[in-house]
Amino acid sequence: MEPLILITHEPLDRNALVAAVTHPGAGGIVVFEGVVRDNARGNQVRYLEYDVYPEMAIQQIRAIVAEAQQRWGVQHAAVAHRIGRLEIGEASVIIAVATPHRGEAFEACRYIIDTLKMTVPIWKKEVATSGEEWVEG
Amino acid sequence: MKIRTRYFASFRETIGQNEEILTLHEGANVADVCALLLSRYPRLQAIMERSACAVNHSYVPLDTILHEGDELVFIPPVGGGTLPSQEHPLWSL
Repeated sequence: MEPLILITHEPLDRNALVAAVTHPGAGGIVVFEGVVRDNARGNQVRYLEYDVYPEMAIQQIRAIVAEAQQRWGVQHAAVAHRIGRLEIGEASVIIAVATPHRGEAFEACRYIIDTLKMTVPIWKKEVATSGEEWVEG
Repeated sequence: MKIRTRYFASFRETIGQNEEILTLHEGANVADVCALLLSRYPRLQAIMERSACAVNHSYVPLDTILHEGDELVFIPPVGGGTLPSQEHPLWSL
């Protein structure tokens, strides 16, 4: 199955992503959801602003999912990242992976989010009460 | 020859525009563009040192030769906080 890959300004729809990977052969579905936290390094965060290099981000995510498909036999995966302004508590990224057994789903999901954060050209700016800054981590 | 650079995140805010067309000498590589941009925008120094670069959507090393119509983007550190290094450069992933 072609993975679902989405980069959007709109709020992420967790249920739709889970539905996209659900299939009769799935024995486990793992969902990772990254959400906007209200504090970072001692600063009180007001909101986050995400920027993306869209063409390359899509290509990189596609390569990461392809690697997960190869390593863990993942047939059904969905990756969605939101960009623009996000408020505290809103989801910035959701990854859903369905596999016949749970072990592969956990490992593949972990691999996808960790690698995505290292290599996909998506940046976040923290706008805190004390100022704003493009940050890592 | 002409190439296109696009700017994102801290690059866009420092330079104040989304993209530029640069005119380079034949055989110019990515490092030449680093030098050119640093001469135009000295405030890029700190972030340039921490950035990776991509040509036509793929991570590449600094000695990559550029060609007419290429799209070059400097990639400041992304969310994971892992910097490209000599041991694990992003372009090898």
